[in-house]
Amino acid sequence: MPEFQFDSFAAFLAMGDYAIYVWPVYILFALFFVTTVLPPILGRRKIIRQLKARLERMESNMAEQGEGN
Amino acid sequence: MWQWLYKLGSPRWFYELGERSLPWLWGATVFLLAVGVVWGLAFAPPDYQMGDNYRIIYMHVPSAGLMKGCFYMMAICSAAVLIWKIKMADIVAKAIAPIGVMATLLMLASGSLWGIPTWGTWWIWDARLTSSLLQFFIYMGIIVLRSAFDSQDSAARACAVLTLVGVVNIPIIEYSVEWWNTLHQGASSLGMRDASANPPEIWIPAFFTGFGFIGLFFIGLILRSQNEILLRERRTQWVRDLVAKETAGA
Amino acid sequence: MTTEATAGLASVMGATIRRELLLAMRSPGDVINPLMFFIISVTLFPLGGGVEDAFLATIAPGVIWVTALLAVMLSLDSLYRADYEDGNLEQLLMSPQPLYFLVLSKVFSHWLMACLPIIVLAPVLALMLKLPAAGIGALVISLALGTPILVLIGAIGMALTVGLSRSGLLLAVLILPLYVPVLIFGTGVVDAAINEMAYAGLLALMGAMLALAISLSPLAIVAALRISVN
Repeated sequence: MPEFQFDSFAAFLAMGDYAIYVWPVYILFALFFVTTVLPPILGRRKIIRQLKARLERMESNMAEQGEGN
Repeated sequence: MWQWLYKLGSPRWFYELGERSLPWLWGATVFLLAVGVVWGLAFAPPDYQMGDNYRIIYMHVPSAGLMKGCFYMMAICSAAVLIWKIKMADIVAKAIAPIGVMATLLMLASGSLWGIPTWGTWWIWDARLTSSLLQFFIYMGIIVLRSAFDSQDSAARACAVLTLVGVVNIPIIEYSVEWWNTLHQGASSLGMRDASANPPEIWIPAFFTGFGFIGLFFIGLILRSQNEILLRERRTQWVRDLVAKETAGA
Repeated sequence: MTTEATAGLASVMGATIRRELLLAMRSPGDVINPLMFFIISVTLFPLGGGVEDAFLATIAPGVIWVTALLAVMLSLDSLYRADYEDGNLEQLLMSPQPLYFLVLSKVFSHWLMACLPIIVLAPVLALMLKLPAAGIGALVISLALGTPILVLIGAIGMALTVGLSRSGLLLAVLILPLYVPVLIFGTGVVDAAINEMAYAGLLALMGAMLALAISLSPLAIVAALRISVN
């Protein structure tokens, strides 16, 4: 079973004096994660809103045409 | 087999397959990445020479793999666009490109951060960093080319041609950069030297983050493709029904 | 039958090349501008970087190769632009002759007009940059093998972007990364020659790249032209 490799939590944060190199990489990874999933999720909401508006516009157009006849 | 491929070419079927597989993918990906990151940062034994600095490898190697894998998958999609004129393949190729770009940037950034303590400088004209930089340029070329076209169909085929030209050139570029690098400074590589000196346990977290990255790739691929499908299929009845259903509560 | 077909093909290719050369005579800018760009750009390096012999000799192979590469890239606009605008490109694509050879003859005539003058003048500029005499021959041979590859790859990019307005910078973004191997081996040949090392293997490698480019890139060019003309 693997065991915790550091003596203390502070030592874990210090990463054997390599903290300023190791942690930024993992922060950038978090950024990579977010940029991979967040823009399409937000984009989807926007697209659904747009398509909804389009649908309503079409329905109202059709209704107007119906009255005209 | 053919039936299945035919179905995959149908945007609606792809959309629904994505909808069904996303929860599983999310679960597996978050699990793999969480285990891999925690294990890699805290539980894997330190490298016999580089100490704790080598823990960058659990991000560096999977991002390098994703950088390459994304491009080969784009090339396969491009062939499908040009040979069989499958529209779905273009949607997927378009969805992959930004993921490939971000993976390449992560690879370059993690390599640079690794380089500071190992080489004493954040940028070195190392063969793999240099070819990754060129790979980044090629990705950007494809994205820029797509945005330059007004017609969706022309953009699809032009990007497919450029992607295939790129995939033929990448081995040549890598070979030439490798040759150039040994000529100018002798091979220097990150991390890969004498990995056998470390216990095999050191690679277990890489397995988790590696598959986690693949899962993340598929999540991004499905989400982006689904958006593109909704836009391109907006005139079909099933998208209208879907929009009506999703906005019913609001 | 086959010999007849071959003869017909040869005459079509010959006619294409003659036509291109004739057109170039009428608009000599297509020939002179790349050459002038090459000369002027090379001149800028000593002005910007200094004139010590040792320094110039170190950068000479790279400077000559990079400026030649940029000159070739900038010359590409004349490859398809005019034909696209006056409809000749459409005619070309509808031609009953095999497009592979038509495209190849166009590329070849472009190389004659835009690259040959650069290759001829390169030794003079190399001497001005204090390139050791041992490297001159290698420079010319490497340029002779490398520039056709540059034109062939560039023609793909040009064919993809000829239908777009303001495509100059886009073209650079698309094709410059693909130019890297040619640049590396081209300067590698010159460096090897200066250091009195064998470079025949490198030339063979460039020859192989040229053969690959000749056999594959016309396919991509034709596909790209069809997209642009559409």
